[in-house]
Amino acid sequence: MEIERPDGRSPNQLRPLACSRSILHRAHGSATWSQGDTKVVAAVYGPKAGTRKNENPEKASFEVVWKPKTGQIGKAEREYEMILKRTLESICIRSIYPNTTTSVIVQACFSLNPSFPPFSFLLVVHDDGALLPCAINAACAALVDAGIPLRHLAVAICCSVADNGYIFLDPNKQEEEVCIYTHTHTHSADV
Amino acid sequence: MGFPDASKDLSSEMEVDAFRRLFPLKYFERHLAEAIRPDGRPLGKARDTTVVLGAVASANGSALVKIGSTTMLTAIKMEVMTPSLESPDEGCIAIDFHMPPICSPIVRPGRPAEAAPVISKQLSDTISSSGSIDLKELSLVTGKAAWMAYLDVYCLDADGALFDAALLSAVAALSHLQIPAVAMNDDGKIVLLSEDDGQKKAQEPVNKEKRNLTLRSIPFSLTCILHKNYILVDPTAEEESVMETVVTIALDTSGQLVSLYKPGGPVLAFTSAIQDCVALTRQRVKELKGILEEANSTMQVE
Repeated sequence: MEIERPDGRSPNQLRPLACSRSILHRAHGSATWSQGDTKVVAAVYGPKAGTRKNENPEKASFEVVWKPKTGQIGKAEREYEMILKRTLESICIRSIYPNTTTSVIVQACFSLNPSFPPFSFLLVVHDDGALLPCAINAACAALVDAGIPLRHLAVAICCSVADNGYIFLDPNKQEEEVCIYTHTHTHSADV
Repeated sequence: MGFPDASKDLSSEMEVDAFRRLFPLKYFERHLAEAIRPDGRPLGKARDTTVVLGAVASANGSALVKIGSTTMLTAIKMEVMTPSLESPDEGCIAIDFHMPPICSPIVRPGRPAEAAPVISKQLSDTISSSGSIDLKELSLVTGKAAWMAYLDVYCLDADGALFDAALLSAVAALSHLQIPAVAMNDDGKIVLLSEDDGQKKAQEPVNKEKRNLTLRSIPFSLTCILHKNYILVDPTAEEESVMETVVTIALDTSGQLVSLYKPGGPVLAFTSAIQDCVALTRQRVKELKGILEEANSTMQVE
């Protein structure tokens, strides 16, 4: 039985993916990743000398800053920062540059409509579902662009389980709000 | 990297405490090879858990929970508020988790701990998605007045498995919660009923006497560490700092999965590992349910 999704996709169909790198000139590495209308920019600065207080100085450490869509940094942003930090730590080869900190800054941004003037970029709320996997993918692409040594590449996808037990891949915001369970799955593929 | 052979030579000459500090991973792995942990527990056993209800006399509901050394104190305060327009017949619960500097040398005054907002969000997500509380029970007058419950969880001692202890104490406090009796006075405001007041305008059942919140299926959780092929249940802070892959599973009393949380970590989550963790969580849920029921019945006797 074909399940109807609001935008007409089949249950296993992802939204169109797009990625571009080296979009920010001052950052050591940067990338954007978009899934449908959800677009995230990630920038990597580092490795910089020194680690923070509670980090292990024998390994390279990561610091993730998640810029909120609007308003102050809240609990959801802190949680995403922690998840992203732990995911990135597990894919990087941390023993190569001990006692350094690499900063990854993630920002959700507005998908450019080709008819808009080119400088109306930046910052406005745009999150059309699957924000965390988009951010993980963007951060991984930014790390590759910066040349940070990685053990694997991280690939993340989001799926939601609806009331009737059907699983949909890559939900948009509308589907996320209606479903009973959303799961973000990150898989490492050997480089 | 590291000194793989040096530690073997040194371990026979060094004191145990020094070896534990200098080569923590090797220290733990030597224990895991014998299927035991430094504190003498087998891999699948959680620490001793105690629940004390009514620890804070001035709060409407409270609980003090200890899992091993990890201590959490929860208190619930109720206030009357106007419900939102989208859900005029529902009350609200605001859950917040605090890690004051008393709990751990890692937490400095003035700088909130990194783990605090994460656990706070996890707690509110777990409790709201488990469906154990019907917010309509917190309603007083549809569209005009409803209860707002402020649930604050304070970590007094952070020794690993913070989420488990926090969830248990939040749930214990909710089971102990007594909603005060109120009445509406002539101005249309809700006032607390004291013992001798004459009745003003009668309300719904809330008015008559204090009542408890009915909890449907209660969520309990278990945190496990995955390290190579081992699964360590209920880690201490030392174990968590050495072995980085942590999995937290929350089940409710009817056996349904409420949440599965694995934030990164070098060890991959194979299906078999997750299934083992879920089985261990099931056992733990039975234990915790027994402990909570015992604490509740002790309260009722008093």
